[in-house]
Amino acid sequence: MAIFQKKASDFATPYTVSNAVSKGNLITKLSMLIMGLGCFAHKQIIKGLIYLAIEVGYIWFMIKGGIGNLQHLISLGGKPQEEIWNEAKGIYEYVNGDMTILFLLYGVATIFLTVAFIIAWRANLKCAYKNECDAREGRAINSFRKDLKALLDTNLHYSLMTAPILGIIIFTILPLVFMICMAFTTYSKVNDNLTLFNWAGLKNFVTVLGLGNSIGKTFWSVLGWTIIWAIFATFSNYILGMILAIVINRKTTRFKGFWRFCFMLSAAIPQFVSLLLMRTMLKDNGLINVLLQNAGLINSPLPFLTNATWARVVVIVINVWIGVPFTMLQVTGILQNIPTELYEAARVDGANAVTIFFKITLPYMLFVTTPYLITTFTGNINNFNVIYLLTGGAPTPVGSTAGKTDLLVTWLYKLTIDLQYYNVGAVVGILTFIILAIVSLVTYRNTGSYKNEEGFQ
Amino acid sequence: MAKEKKTKSMRTQKIISDTVVHVLLAVLAFIWVLPIAWIILLSFSTQKGSYVTSFFPKGYTLDNYHRLFTDTTILNFPQMFANTLIIAIFTCLISTFFVLSVSYCMSRLRFKMRKKYMNIAMILGLFPGFMSMVAVYYILKAVGLSEGSMIRVALILVYSGGSGAGFYIAKGFFDTVPKALDEAAYLDGCTKFQVFTKVTIPLSKPIIVYTVLTSFLAPWLDFIFAKVICRANAQYYTVAIGLWKMLEKEYIDKWYTCFAAGAVCISIPIAILFVFMQKYYTEGLSGAVKG
Repeated sequence: MAIFQKKASDFATPYTVSNAVSKGNLITKLSMLIMGLGCFAHKQIIKGLIYLAIEVGYIWFMIKGGIGNLQHLISLGGKPQEEIWNEAKGIYEYVNGDMTILFLLYGVATIFLTVAFIIAWRANLKCAYKNECDAREGRAINSFRKDLKALLDTNLHYSLMTAPILGIIIFTILPLVFMICMAFTTYSKVNDNLTLFNWAGLKNFVTVLGLGNSIGKTFWSVLGWTIIWAIFATFSNYILGMILAIVINRKTTRFKGFWRFCFMLSAAIPQFVSLLLMRTMLKDNGLINVLLQNAGLINSPLPFLTNATWARVVVIVINVWIGVPFTMLQVTGILQNIPTELYEAARVDGANAVTIFFKITLPYMLFVTTPYLITTFTGNINNFNVIYLLTGGAPTPVGSTAGKTDLLVTWLYKLTIDLQYYNVGAVVGILTFIILAIVSLVTYRNTGSYKNEEGFQ
Repeated sequence: MAKEKKTKSMRTQKIISDTVVHVLLAVLAFIWVLPIAWIILLSFSTQKGSYVTSFFPKGYTLDNYHRLFTDTTILNFPQMFANTLIIAIFTCLISTFFVLSVSYCMSRLRFKMRKKYMNIAMILGLFPGFMSMVAVYYILKAVGLSEGSMIRVALILVYSGGSGAGFYIAKGFFDTVPKALDEAAYLDGCTKFQVFTKVTIPLSKPIIVYTVLTSFLAPWLDFIFAKVICRANAQYYTVAIGLWKMLEKEYIDKWYTCFAAGAVCISIPIAILFVFMQKYYTEGLSGAVKG
């Protein structure tokens, strides 16, 4: 059916804003000033009223507070809280000063509303021009009822996508923009800049990326550990999980279901439960140390989570315990799809199990599971739970903001939530994003599953 | 004769490798199951403090479970459970609707913003999830959702608000529903909406169950968002924060075994749902209409 084979170029219509401005008649051009005029002129009363209401509402909002919000966004305010002597009551009264963070939030929100208004304005122009053309060429102009019906048919995507997109804009994009703005301000507990702060340009980026101060030094060491962690955590899980799946899948292995059940059990219980459990077991007076001491194998408790090197190894090992069952579940199905001829041919040629794994299984799996591997890698860079619940970033050197096992994300959490260095935290978040974007966009866009997205449809 | 010998040695080799594999699996399975077995034992333990001296408890009791559900003075577990359940149900409804609608649009409808939307969703996924947490908190505060019982609403919105970006798995499933069915329905005069509700949805049971379960489980498994939004409002804590609190310094001595009991209570239903989810996930991956 033709509608499924449309390409991007097929979405081109003659009813664009530039055409409306250059070729439209007087009414269409007047619609630039009075929204909905093009609809009123062709008896689309309700639609016209909606456009008009949007315009009136926006102008009212801008006069009421919007323009002020935009001005505040530039100046960020500067009036501190004051004590004023109240003669009548005989007490000091507090007069609220400016809250810069609210100025920033309202300013950003106003910009979002303005963008929404511009979109509505463009839709209004397009609609006016379309009506004009339709009337000139003698085509029927859609009534409001027909427009509503189209929302369930040709325009179904408007009705289905509006709510989810609004959700994403309000709960993902708006906060992100807001947070990115913070990276360019002095919003931080340092120098007591929590209620009043100012734009700071790129100063925070210099602080984080430079080696001249403690934040900068911490950043590079945390970044180094984050990358080491992501590589080890991803590939240890991937390879061990695959080996486990292969071993269980062997023809002569018995009780396959039982073994799978045992491993699946640890994947099924909530991660924070198993991580908290592991933390209590590995403490200095936790179960493992106590049992080893009782058995007389060690004299003093092993520093599982208190020595930097031990802790780093331990989080990777625990991550194997957490992650291998997941990989096993993911990989089992794909393994069963590897053509058996390949294995038979290899066996005829006298290859042993190890050669078969490295020459057939691994290349095939890498080929099929590259996207999965990339998501796991980015997921590990952002792996908050394992680090935060297991070590909390500890051991932390005295005076440092990050511990030896802190990843960029847990450090970001500490910087924003615990220390309230919001601006530096935002910079760290942006840098994390840049690293992830480079890693995944480059690799992901080169995989077949992205390029041939419609290949198999 | 020589040939017989060879097959015999091959057979012994095979037996040896089989035993090695099974012993290895048994050891690994033991390691994997051990912590789980221990927490179950601990939840029935009579010990008081957090110092454990042996793997098996000295005595067995049901007191920990009893206390968990009746001692509501400091850490109100039944309340936390109810909070999480309410949040989970609403999150589940909203997220499922969002995910299914977006996935259907991405899979079946062709419009100008489609490819752009998919790219934007992918880019958004690269930001650390809670990087914007502080900002979300201020937004919720600005609209008055950060205090009192509105915290529940805030958590529901936080869990479900951005779910429209996670459409990849469901889209992949809808892609496997044969287009011929849609075309037949269009010929019979169906609108696109009718095709969605009457053709695609009834054929998509595995992926719907999968979506429902993942979004239902999210509030039970999340720890960080709940912690940032609830702050010190203990009566709106979810289960995850509650269990985490029980291991904090000031509570651990009295609540250690109750933590184990709570962990067991939460884990059993979640584990069962997870096993279901896996089943529907694999079914979902293998496509809609078979043969």
